[in-house]
Amino acid sequence: MSIAWYLTVSAIVFSLGAVGVMTRRNPLVVLLCLELMLNGGNLALIAFSRMWGNGDGQILAIVVMTVAACEVCIGLGMVVAIYRRQLPIDVDELRELQG
Amino acid sequence: MSAVLFFIAAIGVISGAVGVVVLRNPFYSVLALVAHLLSLAVLFLLLRSEFVAAVQVVVYAGAVMVLYVFVVAYVGGEGESVGERLHGAGRGPAGSQLRLGGAILGGALLVELLIALLGTGLEATSGYGAGYVPGPQTYGTPAYIGKLLLTRFLLAFELASFLLLIAAVGGVVLARRRGGIGEADASSPEGEHETFVPLDLLRPRGTGTTAEGVGAVLGNGNGRHPHADQAPRSHSETGAEQPS
Repeated sequence: MSIAWYLTVSAIVFSLGAVGVMTRRNPLVVLLCLELMLNGGNLALIAFSRMWGNGDGQILAIVVMTVAACEVCIGLGMVVAIYRRQLPIDVDELRELQG
Repeated sequence: MSAVLFFIAAIGVISGAVGVVVLRNPFYSVLALVAHLLSLAVLFLLLRSEFVAAVQVVVYAGAVMVLYVFVVAYVGGEGESVGERLHGAGRGPAGSQLRLGGAILGGALLVELLIALLGTGLEATSGYGAGYVPGPQTYGTPAYIGKLLLTRFLLAFELASFLLLIAAVGGVVLARRRGGIGEADASSPEGEHETFVPLDLLRPRGTGTTAEGVGAVLGNGNGRHPHADQAPRSHSETGAEQPS
């Protein structure tokens, strides 16, 4: 398959993730949709890396995976902290992040 | 053969993404994301990047998704009911308008991305990529990626490891048990004659040490405090939940 097909799939996945971030209210699902957007970016990076035939895009994809793991760590820690303080798990209700 | 495999994997990727966005239960969303990640690893394999596909399966679909499942199992049951109730209360014109606006914005974003990626007339995107010769040192193998990571992208590699360290510390600080700080504040008026421990400047109070776990408060380990066995001390374990 040509590279354009992979780029199309990555654009569709990125847009679906953006729709999820905009419409869902549970912060866990918002984090999952952020993962979708990062995966769309990863697929485009690897497709371009295949297009040029060198590994720079793959290195950048691995760095993106590292950043995604850090974001999951911090985000899930915040969700657990919100749950412990018995605040509503809803991004429309959570308007402030102070201590 | 590769076209058939591409279409199967692409359908898996897109349906998994739709499932993450559409499904109500967060647990099912996590499972849909696992299916999405596994299909995406197949696409990575079709693009001749074996190492990234393996990392995708092991790190994402393995470790990160297990973390998600743990947190959904910890939070999800009650959070789902709360979310459903709020959602049911807010399901009026505002909710449907939000969904419609999100869909319109997402469609606009998709059209813009497709124009940017496909409509610019890049000739190479309609090709099949650069030449590929299989071998132990070729493009996409672990040896190739490792050599790049340790020579040309060494700074990015070190920065990524430093970022992981910061995130681990931040996760511990965010998810620690609260209440140790309140206990330390309550014991400060009577504790002005405690000896100065230089390590306390470096160490935040109440970060889940073993001494806290068995009920002893930080700062009593030197044995100079006269009220170490009185009632507020012995109730510190149960009282730790109150100030939060």
